[in-house]
Amino acid sequence: MSELTLTVMRLCFLAVLWLFVFVAIQVIRSDLFGTRVTQRGARRGADARPAQGRQQAAPTPPRQQSGGGRQRRGAPSKLVVSEGTLSGTTVALQGQTITLGRAHDSTIVLDDDYASSRHARIYPDQGGQWIVEDLGSTNGTYLDRTRLTTPTPIPLGAPIRIGKTVIELRK
Amino acid sequence: MSSTTHTSTIGAIGAPSRRNTELGLLVFAVLIPIFAYANVGLAIDGTMPTGMIGYGLGLGLLAAVGHLVVRKFAPYADPLLLPLATLLNGLGLVLIWRLDQSQRLQQLQKNAFGAFNPAAPNQLMYSAVGIALFVGVLLLLKDHRILQRFTYISMVAAMILLLLPLVPGLGTDVFGAKIWIRIGGFSIQPGEFAKIVIAVFFAGYLMVKRDALALASRRFMGLYLPRGRDLGPILVIWAVSLLILVFENDLGTSLLFFGMFVVMLYVATERTSWIVIGLLMSAVGAVAVASTAGHVQARVDAWLDPFGCYTTSGACEQIGQSIMAFGSGGVLGTGLGQGNSDLIGFAANADFIFATVGEELGLAGVMAFLVIYGLIIERGVRTALAARDPFGKLFAAGLSGAFALQIFVVAGGVMGLIPLTGMTMPWLAAGGSSVIANWALIAILIRISDTARRPAPAAPASPDAEMTQVVRP
Repeated sequence: MSELTLTVMRLCFLAVLWLFVFVAIQVIRSDLFGTRVTQRGARRGADARPAQGRQQAAPTPPRQQSGGGRQRRGAPSKLVVSEGTLSGTTVALQGQTITLGRAHDSTIVLDDDYASSRHARIYPDQGGQWIVEDLGSTNGTYLDRTRLTTPTPIPLGAPIRIGKTVIELRK
Repeated sequence: MSSTTHTSTIGAIGAPSRRNTELGLLVFAVLIPIFAYANVGLAIDGTMPTGMIGYGLGLGLLAAVGHLVVRKFAPYADPLLLPLATLLNGLGLVLIWRLDQSQRLQQLQKNAFGAFNPAAPNQLMYSAVGIALFVGVLLLLKDHRILQRFTYISMVAAMILLLLPLVPGLGTDVFGAKIWIRIGGFSIQPGEFAKIVIAVFFAGYLMVKRDALALASRRFMGLYLPRGRDLGPILVIWAVSLLILVFENDLGTSLLFFGMFVVMLYVATERTSWIVIGLLMSAVGAVAVASTAGHVQARVDAWLDPFGCYTTSGACEQIGQSIMAFGSGGVLGTGLGQGNSDLIGFAANADFIFATVGEELGLAGVMAFLVIYGLIIERGVRTALAARDPFGKLFAAGLSGAFALQIFVVAGGVMGLIPLTGMTMPWLAAGGSSVIANWALIAILIRISDTARRPAPAAPASPDAEMTQVVRP
């Protein structure tokens, strides 16, 4: 066999070996970043919510009665912690009340020196609008820049500030 | 997958089964060794090797059986484990076959044993047995949590397996290490199987005891020191591994067992202090044994001065040649079939097979192999992360930890990073026990990952949801 052929084969073999390695890594990568899957799980949760009947898709009660009640367009589907130690955490909104605070039985347990043990709660009202309510915390809950005194509806994407933690509702 | 049901939990992520990805990679993993085989034949004889079709078909058949069984019995398993193991097994076959062609090794074996018998056909047979065991594990082990019941039985079994080579008449002494037993015409290395069995014990034991080991501790200089009585198990394992080292002259197995226990302790308790304690204990043990046992002493000498000890003991010829092989390989290697790694002599196709990779495929090839091993370990650790039960977590972490330690100990020994130990590179090295045991290990990891990645059964909330829909007209 000529020297050239063998050299080419040798380099080809190494290339093929590494190609295999990169293909394998690509498979791992597609396995890791399966966010599409997560979103599908969340949307499915949102679909299931009106069906459970705990909360009505407010402006159109007849639709709810027709059984195929869909959520109002533009309603938030998840709560995202955007700043603070828990930053990146998401909770799917499924019609349940979300409690925030340092107490261990809170939905989101805040590890934050400025948070009270039962700090605030976020819940849907009759119309499906999400409401944030301060539960008499020491340092207060802020929606945008105003300190909350009464239960207040949450606009989509508005930052709710508790101590060093910022959370917002997203679609 | 449950795309039609209304599951209200975010945990019910419908992970795709990815069996077709596995099939594609598997075809790739069979073609690469066939290419390598042709390359070796062309380099040595200038012709296509005659056995190529046989080995190619054999490897393809084994891979196909493995894939079909996984598809049927573990449909959600990790897609990478089987192809990676198949590739390593196939390349191991090629490398062993390549060393069989060496006139030097053939003559060496004729002088020593009177006849030369090639190792590659045996290795193919052992691979078939390995795949059979792989299939057997997947068929019989429907749920890895069953193994939890055998926690203490597996401890006894592992101890028996470890002590078998010491039984007179059964154990055989090969080049100073007493790690083989001989039954009928076959010699078996029980340590390779004990590795898996003892992982069952460690996982079951630590799952029960981890709270005591993690929480009952005092803080001292930034470390959580465990109570005296909690040190018991680690002391016992330490003593056992030292005994293996002293009586069986097997540095590798003893390191593997102690290391695996420390790794699993750390995984179970999340306490860095266990790693510090473990490192200190292994350092003390290693120094104590190295200064007393002659066999280990010679290995350490060969490690410290691989080219100088020709004059003193002559026990370092292999490691010297191995380092030369890595050096002459350079970055891109000499090409398959064109190196001189057969100068290593005995065990060139077993403990030292990685030197052949180093010489003929160069740094690029060595790195590719190490990354492939690394990927297997990564998939194992990933399986441990994804597993939902603590036993499965610890078991998968322990198995992949042991696998990682084994790679480190063998590759490090052959390259002169640490003293040489008598262990085998999984799937590459010639030797039945290692191939068979590692296929069993992969089967267990595939079983755990199948359980971990299987989508959760439809949430109990969904019947409620259906009822609400129907009841409210």
